Amino acid sequence: MGKSTLHVLKGVDFGVESGEMVAIMGSSGSGKSTLLNILGMLDVADSGTYDLDGKVIKDLDETKAAIYRNKFLGFVFQSFNLISYKTALENVMLPLYYQKINRKERQKRALKFLEHVGLGPWATHHPNELSGGQKQRVAIARALVSEPKVLLADEPTGALDTKTSYELMGLLQSINDQGITLLIVTHEEDIANMCKRIVHVRDGVIVEDKKIKQVKASQYVE
Amino acid sequence: MWSRDRWQEMFYTLRKNKLRTTLSGFTVALGIFIFVILFGFGNGLKNAFEQFFIDDATNTIWLYPGQTEKPYRGYKAKRRIIFKNDDLVDIQQNFTFFLDYITPRISRGALVKQGKESNNYTIRAVAPGHQFAEKTLVTKGRYINEQDIKDKTKYATIGRLVEQDLFGSVSALGENIDVGGISFKVVGVFKDEGGDNEERLIYIPYTTRQQIEKSNDRVDQILVAFRPELGYAGALAFEKKLNTFMRKKHNIAPNDRSGIYVRNVAADLKQSQQFASVLQIIVTFVGLGTLLAGIIGISNIMVFVVKERTKELGIRKAIGATPKSVVGMILHESVFITAIAGYVGLLAGVGTLALIGDSLEDYFIINPYIGTTTAVGATLILVVFGAIAGYIPARRAAKIKPIIALRDA
Repeated sequence: MGKSTLHVLKGVDFGVESGEMVAIMGSSGSGKSTLLNILGMLDVADSGTYDLDGKVIKDLDETKAAIYRNKFLGFVFQSFNLISYKTALENVMLPLYYQKINRKERQKRALKFLEHVGLGPWATHHPNELSGGQKQRVAIARALVSEPKVLLADEPTGALDTKTSYELMGLLQSINDQGITLLIVTHEEDIANMCKRIVHVRDGVIVEDKKIKQVKASQYVE
Repeated sequence: MWSRDRWQEMFYTLRKNKLRTTLSGFTVALGIFIFVILFGFGNGLKNAFEQFFIDDATNTIWLYPGQTEKPYRGYKAKRRIIFKNDDLVDIQQNFTFFLDYITPRISRGALVKQGKESNNYTIRAVAPGHQFAEKTLVTKGRYINEQDIKDKTKYATIGRLVEQDLFGSVSALGENIDVGGISFKVVGVFKDEGGDNEERLIYIPYTTRQQIEKSNDRVDQILVAFRPELGYAGALAFEKKLNTFMRKKHNIAPNDRSGIYVRNVAADLKQSQQFASVLQIIVTFVGLGTLLAGIIGISNIMVFVVKERTKELGIRKAIGATPKSVVGMILHESVFITAIAGYVGLLAGVGTLALIGDSLEDYFIINPYIGTTTAVGATLILVVFGAIAGYIPARRAAKIKPIIALRDA
């Protein structure tokens, strides 16, 4: 950990309305992941402001950030980040544990969301018994179970083959159709085209921000 | 904070990570186990040491007659010194201030018969004071008394095992025994903590022995007991004066190292006590060392455990775990494991010590034990240090931004 600093983002002015599905695109090192991490309160900006749901997010200590993350945000990562010694169901239950919801209720809700992503029968399986696409769906169920306003996905399809990627995008689109705001970091054109808006980031600045006609993933999937 | 949910989550985590749980638990249990065993052995060694001394009184000085090495005042060298009754009287008269009691001891072996039973025993001809010097406990009847000395009675006080050997389950009190051809009446039975040999003795009046041996007035050894109030310094001064007095009386050259041998039990004891306290220091040192090794072991394993879980902690934080709950979780687990494992190690150690018991007596380890306070204290120390060792990396893990913890590496 050197002392030298690097300004990754240089003056980003950018807003997302409720119910949008935004793709953040850019080559690696462009700052897209950093942007997402700041939005997700996993990282903090050195300067500037960030409003979430009408609240100014600043001077967050870890405890407050944890509460906001738990209440407003759901995360999906490229490498799934499931806890390996817990079953699919237990992984999905975990965010509710930190909301101090009792076990029965946790189980009920988690199962509902697992079924929602089509993994009801795999509830008792451990992550290493699931395929990549299934793991990512468990991760999505886990992100959704706390009923967040915004779902942040960092290269959600990065570790998946094309067919599975499209299936997953279909799922994300259906989630967006239910009113949840989605921000997806990707560098794949076809994935970005399945969103409603594409933001291009290069060298820390937004170079392009356009609304597009969404390509439905269902047309690629039988 | 201590909700059922939290316990469930903890048990679940521990069960699902058996290797980690076992490893850290084993370290703690082993640490405590070794501590208990070593400390117990140290105590056993000390016990063995003390055992040598509990048997006899410690305020005594023994005088043994010997052979001179140097000529003195017209006497030739190699002269055999003989103690007689007048030595007893002289010591008594000259050292009234120092003296508690004085007794001679004349030891002879003899075949002792009673009915069809017979056996060889050591017969000690003594004065009444001897009872205190040997801490003899009379269980039946009485010890030899002043009247016996005066009247030269043929009375004997016999050891518990002598009674058992010769009389079986019948009481020997008032019965006659044949000691080397002379009939003695048993007036008392005693026991002694000094072991079996000490209980196979027969005590008779020293005057009776002198009469049997052609009415001489010789005594073999003289045992002088000083008043305990004299203390250690007083005892040493008394020993010196007594030695000088006797040497002068028996015309032994002052610079002759032979002639009379003096053994001061108080000085012996002092030396042994010093040795015992050195032992105690060694035991404590070994104990602390073991404990320290245990603490280091636990610290290592805790650091390792937290390191291994960094990613998991990052995931937990990303989905809403507060730093407090992360630290709490690690602490909860570590304290739980160390407490349970410590208790197991403690029980195993104490159990092993109890099992060993006196079986290592030949190796000078008698009744190894560990005080409850020491044992529980050591366990608590390990638990506390386990918690601290877990807390530091846990706090650091909780402070790391989740994004760093989540980075693929």
